Order: sequence, then C-alpha cells, then structure tokens
Amino acid sequence: MTEWFTLRNIVVVGLLIVLALVPVYVSIGGNTFLMTLFTRIVILAMAATSLNLILGYGGMVSFGHAVYLGVGGYAIGILAHEGVASGFLQWPIAIGASALLALVVGALSLRTRGLYFIMITFAFAQLVYYFGVGLERYGADDGLTIYRRSQFAGVLDLSNRAVFYYLCLLLLVGTIYLVWRLVNSRFGLVIQGSRSNDRRMQAIGFPTFRYRLTGFVIAGAICGLAGALLANHTEFISPATMHWTRSGDLIVMVVLGGMASSFGPLIGAVTLLVLEELLPAIIRLLAFPFLDPPMAVKISEYWPIVLGPLFLLVVLFARGGMNGLLEGARRD
Amino acid sequence: MLLVLEQCLNGLQFGLLLFLLAAGLTLVFGIMDLVNLAHGSLYMVGAYFAATFTAWTGSFVAGAVLALGAALIVGMAVEVIAMRRLYGRDHLDQVLGTFGLILFFNELVRIVWGPAGLSLPLPAWLSAWIEILPGLDYPTYRIAIIVTALAVALLLYLLVMRTRLGMLIRAGASNREMTGALGVNISLLYTLVFGLGAALAALAGLMQAPIQTVQIGMGENILFLAFVVIIIGGIGSIRGAFIAAIMVGLIDTLGRAFLPDLMGLIMSSRGASQVAPALSSMLIYVLMMIVLVVRPAGLFPVSIK
Repeated sequence: MTEWFTLRNIVVVGLLIVLALVPVYVSIGGNTFLMTLFTRIVILAMAATSLNLILGYGGMVSFGHAVYLGVGGYAIGILAHEGVASGFLQWPIAIGASALLALVVGALSLRTRGLYFIMITFAFAQLVYYFGVGLERYGADDGLTIYRRSQFAGVLDLSNRAVFYYLCLLLLVGTIYLVWRLVNSRFGLVIQGSRSNDRRMQAIGFPTFRYRLTGFVIAGAICGLAGALLANHTEFISPATMHWTRSGDLIVMVVLGGMASSFGPLIGAVTLLVLEELLPAIIRLLAFPFLDPPMAVKISEYWPIVLGPLFLLVVLFARGGMNGLLEGARRD
Repeated sequence: MLLVLEQCLNGLQFGLLLFLLAAGLTLVFGIMDLVNLAHGSLYMVGAYFAATFTAWTGSFVAGAVLALGAALIVGMAVEVIAMRRLYGRDHLDQVLGTFGLILFFNELVRIVWGPAGLSLPLPAWLSAWIEILPGLDYPTYRIAIIVTALAVALLLYLLVMRTRLGMLIRAGASNREMTGALGVNISLLYTLVFGLGAALAALAGLMQAPIQTVQIGMGENILFLAFVVIIIGGIGSIRGAFIAAIMVGLIDTLGRAFLPDLMGLIMSSRGASQVAPALSSMLIYVLMMIVLVVRPAGLFPVSIK
C-alpha cells in the first residue's frame, strides 16, 4: 500500500483528469455529443459505485439496482409534472423514496441467499417496472417528458451543461469517497465479514442482518440520487430506465471494472460505455485494409459479436476485472 | 366454463414448455453449479434450426429431429469451448460470461439469418382443430405439444432415476471427486448433460416457434420465467421444476385471460384495460416472492451436498 506510482493509480488519476477536462475540450471543439456521453458515463458510474457497496463489498448480488434509478427519476418527473420545480424539495424526496423502497426490498430479500437473492431482487425490480408501465397519469409505457430541470434558485443553474456536468462529477467523487470511508469503517468491516462468513459474524455477536440492510438502504439512496441526476440529464423518464437490462449493465460495469475496489465501477462504466461507442469504429478501421468500404461498414454494425466474447475473456483471464488487471495482482 | 377449461389447457401447455426449458437449467445448475443465462439462446437457436431445416426438407417432423440433433451438437460445443472453464467459478463471473454469450449468439443469428424474423408453418395434419368436449374445439398442435412434453418429462424421469447414465449423473452431482476416482469420465458426463439440457431448450423453442414468430431475443423473456420456475421449485429439483412450471404456466395464462374482466368489476373498463396487463405481468413475480418469503429455498429444496 505504500507504493503510489502503480499502473492502476496512474490510470485512475489520468481518468479523473480526462473527466475533469471534458467540458473544456467540448467548449473548444464544440462537440456536444461528447458532453452528453460523458455526463451519462459519470451518472451511471455513480450508480455502479453504489451497487459495488452491496455487491462487491457485501456480496449481495442485487439484480434490480436500476429500479432506484427509476424511482429517483420518477420522483423528479412526477414532482415537476405536478408543478414542484424546486430541487431543494425534489432531490431529498428522490433520495428518500429510493431509500424507503430499498428498506422494504432489503428487509424481505436479505433472508435469502445466492441465486435466490438474485432472483427475488429481480422480481421486485420487475414489479416496480410494471407498476411504472401502469402509471397512466404519468405517461405509462411512453414515459414522461420533464420540461424544466430542477431549480436551485440562486445557487446553481442546471440548464448550463458544464455546471450540470461538474455537479455530477463532484457527486461521483463524493460517492466514491463515501463508499471508501464506509467500507474501511467498523460498519464496512462487518459487512465484508458477513460476505465471507455470515454465520461466524453472527456467532461473535454482530446482528449482521441490520448491518447488511443498512448497507442495502445506503446503496439504494445513492442510486436514487443518480436517478435524479439522470432524469435531469435526459429531461425524460420512462419505465425503460428500470428495465432489467439496465440492472444487468450496472452489474457488468461493477464486475468488468473490478468488484470491491474503490475505482473499479468507474473504470467499468467508462470502459463499457466508451467501448459501445468506439467498437464499430475500431472494427471499421481494422476491416478497411481487407474489405471494400460498404462491406466494412456493414461488418462494424455487428459489434456486439466482439463485445460478448470480450466479457467472457475478462471473466476467464482477469480475476478482479480491469482493476485487477491494472494492479497486475491475482486476488482471491 | 368452457372458456375457463380452454384457458387451463393453454396454461398447462405453456407450463409444460416452461418445464422443458427449466429442466435443462436446473440440471445444469444442480449438477455443474453453473448459472447459465445463455440457456435462452439455445432455445432461440433451436427455433431457428427448426425453421431452416423444415424449409429444406419440407417436413416438420424431419426438420424438428434435425434441429434437435444440431442443438445437441451446438450445446456440447459451447460446453467444451466456454462453459467448462466457468465451473467452480463465482456465480457472478458465470452471469457476466454467459451474458457475453447471449450477445454473441444474438449477433451470430443476426449475421446468419438476418434481422427479420422467420416463421415456421405447420403441416396440415397439425393445424387442424379437434372437438375434445361437446362445444369445445381445441387446436391439434397444442394437444401435440402437451403430449410430447409429458412424454419427454416421463423419459427424463426414467433416464435420471432408472438408467445407468442417470445413476452416474446423480453420482457426479453429489460427489464429483469420488465419482471421478471410481473411473467415470466426469468431463464427458458434464458435456453430455449440457448437451441434453441444450436439446431440451431447443425442443421448447421449436415447439413454441409455430405459435410465435422466430426472432432474435425470443429466448430472453422466457428464460426469466424459467428461472422463476426453478426458484419456486427449488434449485436442482426436477420434480419441483415440473410442479412450479405448471403453476407458473396456469397463473400467467389465466391472469392474462381473466384479469381484465375481473378488474372491470371493481373499476371502469377503460382503467381496467390499462392496469390489467401490467398487473397480470406482475402475478408470477408476486407468486415467487410469496414462496421465497415463506420458504427461502423454494418448495422442494434439494438438501445441501
């Protein structure tokens, strides 16, 4: 731990510098798509970091984490729809609603283990998803357009894209710091102990259920805040936000980046979302020398056929995900 | 009353299809301890194979038999190339790895068969209706599905409980090392079990194909229903999977058929038509949650090895 100039640390610091400079680059180059993409990356990295708290450190594989993105988003959307535009009111409600849902889901799910836990969290997510589909007053399947971003009169102007981006980045860094402090506290050690051997933790006197439930609620609340950010970013909320594929994406980010590591989810989110944008271009570049241009373009449309086996390779050969790869150490 | 009976038969037929899918899933999980999300891809591949081979040979039965053989080979190849390396790994690693395989299979199918769906026409002798009760006509094909699936369930039971191969499978599930030490080729056995699961998934896919369109992603939604089935039944229990599959099939089908009318009794018909589809999609998840809250290891828990 005394060595600071490791490859992993250099990559993480480099990544943070790049993230901090995105708005500067965009203001010079004028590429607003890049701004949209990176705002999305930062927000989803925050959601993945919250998932890492329970999945990576706590061993609780929630296959329904995107639900809190949806609940946070719907809190913003519904309040805006009903004429409450103040962010000072919207955001605490978004966080509170997500925390409350996490409390209910956690209290019922944490009795089960392993695949049963995965599937019961999945079932709750499906319930809330279909509840969203049935919300006729708020757009049902088609979703709800948010006409005004949250108003923080006199403090922040969220309609300014750079201001909004830096707020998201600040909250992401704050989340990573909070999770780091949590897992290194007594509370975090109990949760990690319970991941390794729950029965032994109970035998030495820890009411692990309460600790695990608290972790579950904290993760849900942070993800709810990320959902509030996402709704403000897209100015739109629909049940698709909490579709199971989104929960799957969050798990992929955590596992790909490196479970139970502070910056793993960030690395995973950046890798996954940037790869999704870049893979077609990379395939085109590689194919151009061998094929005529229309064929190369056609081939590049099949990029998931490369992404899929890539996941498999990371699983097979990089224990601890990208973070483990960068650390060059085999953990386990 | 006849309508209720007809919907019950539809539910039974859907439940039996789910059982074919869930049986492979629960065998692979119970014996190899592998969470296989790509099981739905084999269901999809089975349907595509059947559509292609039927068009080639001009016979539905010949197409189905060829498709089953092809799916068996694909399943064993997938096991040898990828799955075997995932045994003994963390379940999350398996989820990510097999999720990657789903992406791979979906794109592969898109490249080979194109993005548009296929259809699998039924021969005349299967597309008829027969009168099973006075005043109740029922499609021959759905009866054929029920009969085939019941026969396969019986064969599977006999295979696992009454044959030497089944004995080896059960032995491999309860103690891998000891069975290997007695001179049984465990890795060949696992390849066979995986191939068997793939063929069962393909059978479910190809039997569902004439009812729905053959399309990319058709395996994913039904895969989750199959997971719900094995969770309710208790992971690794084929008997549990059978009972849970029929429960889920009946509840899902009856919910979709009758909830809109039931809701109409307590609210406006327009409101009911909005809420009922969402509510009927929720039903089986509610069922699973109730089962898990009451019995955290499913209805028929398999004792820990």
